[in-house]
Amino acid sequence: MAPIGTLHYLVIAAALFVLGVIGVLTRRNVVIILMSIELILNAVNLNLVAFSRIWGLHGQVFSIFIITDAAAEAAVGLGILIAFFRNKETVNVDEIDLLKW
Amino acid sequence: MFFLDHIWLIPLFPAMGAAAMFFFGRKMSKQAVNVVCVGAVALTFVWACLAVRQYLDYSQSNPGKPFEKVLYTWLGTGTGHLTFNKKDGTPASFHADAGFMLDPLSAVWLLFVTGVGTLIHIYSMGYMAHEGGYYRFFGYLNLFMFSMLTLILGNNYVLMFVGWEGVGLCSYLLIGFYFHRASASTAANKAFIVNRIGDAGFLLGMFTILWYFGSLRFIDVNTLARSGHFQIGDPVIVAATLLLFVGACGKSAQIPLYVWLPDAMEGPTPVSALIHAATMVTAGVYMVARSNALFVLAPKSMFVVAVVGGATAIFAASIGLVQNDIKRVLAYSTVSQLGYMFLALGVGAFAAGVFHVFTHAFFKALLFLGSGSVIHAMSGEQDMRNMGDLHRRTPITHWTMFIATFAIAGIPPFAGFFSKDEILWQAWSSEHGAYIWLWAIGYVTALMTAFYMFRLMFLTFHGRPRMSHEVEHHIHESPTSMTMPLVILAVASIVAGFLGFPHSLARVIGIKHETNHFEHFLEPVFAREGGAVLEEKAAGQIAAGAKEEEHTNPMEYGLMFLSVLAALAGWGTAWKFYRHTDKGFTEPIAEKTPPLYKVLYHKYFVDEAYDYAFTGRRKIGNTRLGVMGLGEAASWFDTHIIDGTVNFAGWLTRGVGWLSSMWDKIVIDGIAVNGPAYFAQALSYPVKLLQWGLVQWYALVMVVGLVGFVAYYTFR
Repeated sequence: MAPIGTLHYLVIAAALFVLGVIGVLTRRNVVIILMSIELILNAVNLNLVAFSRIWGLHGQVFSIFIITDAAAEAAVGLGILIAFFRNKETVNVDEIDLLKW
Repeated sequence: MFFLDHIWLIPLFPAMGAAAMFFFGRKMSKQAVNVVCVGAVALTFVWACLAVRQYLDYSQSNPGKPFEKVLYTWLGTGTGHLTFNKKDGTPASFHADAGFMLDPLSAVWLLFVTGVGTLIHIYSMGYMAHEGGYYRFFGYLNLFMFSMLTLILGNNYVLMFVGWEGVGLCSYLLIGFYFHRASASTAANKAFIVNRIGDAGFLLGMFTILWYFGSLRFIDVNTLARSGHFQIGDPVIVAATLLLFVGACGKSAQIPLYVWLPDAMEGPTPVSALIHAATMVTAGVYMVARSNALFVLAPKSMFVVAVVGGATAIFAASIGLVQNDIKRVLAYSTVSQLGYMFLALGVGAFAAGVFHVFTHAFFKALLFLGSGSVIHAMSGEQDMRNMGDLHRRTPITHWTMFIATFAIAGIPPFAGFFSKDEILWQAWSSEHGAYIWLWAIGYVTALMTAFYMFRLMFLTFHGRPRMSHEVEHHIHESPTSMTMPLVILAVASIVAGFLGFPHSLARVIGIKHETNHFEHFLEPVFAREGGAVLEEKAAGQIAAGAKEEEHTNPMEYGLMFLSVLAALAGWGTAWKFYRHTDKGFTEPIAEKTPPLYKVLYHKYFVDEAYDYAFTGRRKIGNTRLGVMGLGEAASWFDTHIIDGTVNFAGWLTRGVGWLSSMWDKIVIDGIAVNGPAYFAQALSYPVKLLQWGLVQWYALVMVVGLVGFVAYYTFR
């Protein structure tokens, strides 16, 4: 059993990223899409933290910023979603096409 | 001087009676109505007598001066508002008082209007006893008395006009008293409308006087007219007097506005007696006599007055010869006698004209009331062909009416003889040559008058009875309330003439002092006619006049004899033809000259001619004839040609506007503005297909792109 190395982290991060992208592309519920976006961001965080083992703490600092940014993004996203739900009574992304010609 | 100072109460009493009828009359019993209305008029009469008595005292200390009582300023302020420029350019301010004036002229009218009015009110109590609308009738009568007294007592033309319109209104209301009868309401309309034509003349005359003299107060106008500032024949005064005379024509039923009076007989008979014989229709005479100072300055107007009066007198008398309705004969007789009065005024014999008004009021009221009594006895029958032999059953009516007939026919010593003879004499002796013709007309009229009046009497009271048995059974003398006024009026018809006993006759029986009290009484009103302008002439004429009077006296006796002869001739002719009238008789004139009879019977077809010329009742197809047709033609021209042109212009503008809007919509908006936009839209179509609205597909494309780029750069 080889010790857990950087590559393991990267593989898990890639898996998380793919899961997130699949979630974003396939799910119709906007809430789930927002959660999937969180997955993608956390995959990136995992990458940054993994690389910081090799190149120092910069990666970890960046990941803190990204967590903050993700919280703000989720707040704004959910706020827009609630405002939208009040108008259209739906959270299905394929019914949200107001800006279409 | 209590009664004189409170002369303004005289019109107020009947006004209060009318107001009481208006507000409470419906709930009042007939007795209560009698007390209020007849009482009000009787009180007015007493008050008037006392006021005139006090005026006599007043005129002792102020000889020739009218008494004037101004209550308050009614119109205008006298302080410079309502100013206008007179004809000569000087400013004047319009001003009319609620003021009352008593002078000999208004005193005469005041006495006979209230006196005859009281008698007719008493008579109406009996006559209307079985009629509906009792309180309404007496309310109208009282309202009439109020208006008439305002007319008489007003101290200016405006207040006179108020009374003038008021009597017109009451005349309308009373003619249409039986308003459920179409003929009555038509007659009322006719009277009102024809009177309006005259009133327009009166108004214009009033305006002219105001414009020329700056005042409408009688005393001011008379003083100015007599001051000598104005030329005799001044065209403005001629115009003003002619316009006033148009008004008099309407109210006093002269040609061409006389047509309403015969139709006015649709009203109850006491109304015919009071309004359409004794009082209201003499308002025109009153107005002309009141304006005598103006008329004297306008000889042309005087001539017109005389000619119209004479023409009306003979015209109406000739119609009266053949009418069968008892009231219609009397109506034409009234028109004819009014013509007499205007004839007198026109030849300058104002006092004689007024004297005739005075005597006529008594005997004509008596005739109408008598005819009312006859109609009452005959159960409403008015056609004399169905009467006859009434003298046995209605002796009082018979004898009193005979007295009135003697009076109107001019048989001495009844009242009409003195007044009519005075007029004929004045017409003869006037200095203008043309007036001899007027005398001749008057003389023939007198002959006709005697004839038709005795014809009426014989047809009604003598001959064989021609009514149905039912009616004959019902004939009875009228109640005391009706016969009493008849008797009083009969006495008045006998004695009234002696108030104006002519000098010439007085000389015959050896009386030297003044006997023509009437003329003497009126002297302050008429004597100074002509005024200062004539003063120097008059000085020369006094000497000549005295001589002339001596000279022409035999002629006066001759004329008097002739006119008595005319009256007797009329009497005799009627006696000959109508004494033995029986059922199925024909008029002698109809046998001799049927066309003449037809023309007279149809009143010279004047109503028909008016239908052709004015009323528009005659039509060809749907087109009215005469003035109304002209109006309709003008209206057609207006709606079709004038409005058509206007509409065509509008239509044309709209059409051009439509074309312009089409250019704007299709060419400007469509091609120039919207065209490029459509072009851009068409071009953009393929591009916009990419925007199909599903966000996840966009994301997928993006991911695929990214994967593609990554793969390309990794594996190349």
